[in-house]
Amino acid sequence: MSAAPPLKDAYELVVIGAGPAGLAAAALAATLGIDTVLFDEQPGPGGQIYRAISETPLRERRVLGEDYWHGSALVEPFRTSGAQYVPGASVWSVSRAREIGVSVGGAARLLQARHVILATGALERPCPIPGWTLPGVMTVGAAQILLKSSALAASGEVVLAGSGPLLWLLAAQYVRAGVAISAFLDTTPRGNLQAALPHLPAFLASAYFRKGLRLVREVKRRVRIVRNVAALAARGEGRLEAIVYRAADGVERQLAAEILLLHQGVVPNVNLANAIGCAHVWDERQLAFKPAVDEWGMSSIDGVAIAGDGAGISGAEAAEHRGRLAALDAAERLGRIDRVRRDRDAAPHRTSLRRAERGRAFLDALYRPAKAFRIPHDDVVVCRCEEVTARQVRESVELGCTGPNQMKAFLRCGMGPCQGRLCGLTVTELIAEARGVAPGEVGYYRLRPPIKPITLEELAGLPKTAAAVAAVER
Amino acid sequence: MRPDVLVIGGGLHGCSTALHLARRGVKVTVLEKDHVARHASGVNAGGVRRLGRHLAEIPLSVASMELWHGIEALVDDDCGFECHGQVKLAESEAEYELLRRRVAEVAALGFGHEELVGRAELRAILPAVSEHCVGGIVARTDGAANPYRTTMAFKRKAEKLGAVIVEGCRVVSLARDGAAWRVGTDRGERFAAPVVVNCAGAWADRIAGMLGEPVPLEVWALMLMISARLPPFIKPVVGAQGRPLSFKQFTNGTVLIGGGYKGKAERDSNQTELDFNGLAESARTVWELFPAMRGADIVRAWAGIEARMPDDIPVIGPSSTAEGVFHAFGFCGHGFQLGPIVGAVIAELVTTGATNLPIQPFRIERFKRAQS
Repeated sequence: MSAAPPLKDAYELVVIGAGPAGLAAAALAATLGIDTVLFDEQPGPGGQIYRAISETPLRERRVLGEDYWHGSALVEPFRTSGAQYVPGASVWSVSRAREIGVSVGGAARLLQARHVILATGALERPCPIPGWTLPGVMTVGAAQILLKSSALAASGEVVLAGSGPLLWLLAAQYVRAGVAISAFLDTTPRGNLQAALPHLPAFLASAYFRKGLRLVREVKRRVRIVRNVAALAARGEGRLEAIVYRAADGVERQLAAEILLLHQGVVPNVNLANAIGCAHVWDERQLAFKPAVDEWGMSSIDGVAIAGDGAGISGAEAAEHRGRLAALDAAERLGRIDRVRRDRDAAPHRTSLRRAERGRAFLDALYRPAKAFRIPHDDVVVCRCEEVTARQVRESVELGCTGPNQMKAFLRCGMGPCQGRLCGLTVTELIAEARGVAPGEVGYYRLRPPIKPITLEELAGLPKTAAAVAAVER
Repeated sequence: MRPDVLVIGGGLHGCSTALHLARRGVKVTVLEKDHVARHASGVNAGGVRRLGRHLAEIPLSVASMELWHGIEALVDDDCGFECHGQVKLAESEAEYELLRRRVAEVAALGFGHEELVGRAELRAILPAVSEHCVGGIVARTDGAANPYRTTMAFKRKAEKLGAVIVEGCRVVSLARDGAAWRVGTDRGERFAAPVVVNCAGAWADRIAGMLGEPVPLEVWALMLMISARLPPFIKPVVGAQGRPLSFKQFTNGTVLIGGGYKGKAERDSNQTELDFNGLAESARTVWELFPAMRGADIVRAWAGIEARMPDDIPVIGPSSTAEGVFHAFGFCGHGFQLGPIVGAVIAELVTTGATNLPIQPFRIERFKRAQS
């Protein structure tokens, strides 16, 4: 990894995202002699899972856990691989011809890639409950960012609510950091365990089982867990003051709270792949859209591959291996290695990938979020940017909107700065339910670049090329 | 039930034609290959503009504006139509002189909607405009509307009056059979009617081609971009004499920037690709004309697929080769405002064989002459 050399006009390989998939892909590709640049939106490598791995102020290893510190093992080979690393780089566009639009330090530019690997990872599923827009309500992911990069934990009366492994992980990290958690409201539906049982043998043989069990025990010893929470609302005047919930007994209870951390699992961050025009499919098991990719991560667009959770959630360890497979395929397509070598080199990574994916089906089934937390009641705000409620979305279906793209023209839902990250799946599922069809048939927003906001000034400052001047003449 | 008229294309012009035909008691079916307002009609800048029209278009545009001012009565929806005027800027004395001549030319034809304004009046209308602008033309009762909502309103009203709109149904063949046109579609369903109207936008040359009437249609994808919300600072829609610009702030604070830079269109796959070099030119124009915009976040850019004719005016009128066929297409960049009147004109042509509006300049034969 070289220190801030100037960007070139063209690269053989552009990798976007420096989580496990991006780091592993860039490191292997550069080692194979491919001219590689890695654009990272963050100030340092690691992605979300290993966020701030090189610079976290939280030096007490046990707080974040050994899995977190594994991130260092990815960063070191990347640093010595010869790949160019560009932190603080916001990639706001990738065209089908692989022209990359990127802003670094407030300056935008366009450059060309022969091959692109998107390693844009996961983001949290939206958690639209009544009152989720109140100050004091945040996501578990946001809380983890504060913990990893600033050693900051929520204080006061903290309540965790939702479902999924990350919720347990944050709870454990808070417990280790000495943060008091008033309650853990587990919304995992009661029937999920039954549905997950067929996948139990694989899960028992996986690392998830051993680690998960330890985590759950650790949290249970120190935190009050309320199971089978079926309804949840945040209340307060101007900011969060209380949480109202209903558990299995059907009784509504109230809890005083200053901070509510919500989580309903993670889903692929498909915004860039979607804006490029990659074909996507609905994954009924994970209740999310994911790009359609082959066994190497190749999308439907020539020269655009997707590695890691961005191509379907299978976790950090699997992401690493998926990154290496994508790098080998890139090397073959770029003429650096032949197919025989690609397939031979891929074999150990495929074995590791299979091992890392073991147990995933069980987790997907166990932590499948309840419908009540995915498809909200009429009065709940769905689109935070444009303040659109679930009722308005349902009414737009009655007016003839059959999918999110028609609806957004009516309601502007999904057209705010978040580009649908906080409402996309909710809207798809709302429309699907209202129409009585599958979410895959309803589809997702057609997203438009820039997929990250850039200022008018940055855009105006794009370097002018002779070709560009000719291209815009009418 | 066999329709009297088949309209090909469910954009604004197709839906408007259906509405006006239905108002005249004609049984009409619209065949749309995607969904209504999927392309240019749903994603254009929404300008409702007489200002700066090609001279040949002015009578139609003025007549359409009368319909716009009564749009709610026509389609039971206000279409988001707001009337805060349109302005065309002059950035130099030379440009101002061109605008002065333009206003005189329009006035000589008997139209008074374009008004020349000097530096002080321009500043009064557009306090946020850059100091270097010397004046402009203003059309005070022009405005803007929500294009998707408008097209859907025309669709719904047409349906209410009995029109049938079939979506997801692409026309693949067109043949005369006695007194009827037989229309084949990609989903196997066949339609027949004595009259066909071609409102197929960027695909209209293919329909014309089926009639042995080739036209030099160009497929364009004009790009637009939109900002995050800003405090209100401008009401009219703004264009410029010297460079491509269309600039408008919505009531929610977001600012729409467009005006003529092209992306790439792939009409077979319905896809468009942006050209950020063109958007950068657009951004530079705004950077210079509206300093308040410099730090604004651009949150989204897009392009719709449109049909442009080489002489920049549309094709409106009967086919030159096929009996009972009418065309209305080729409006790239300036069709939205004309939508209400063009539907009325076609309905008039279909039912009476004539119209009082001057549509001679738009006849399709003009390309035949050019080609021979």
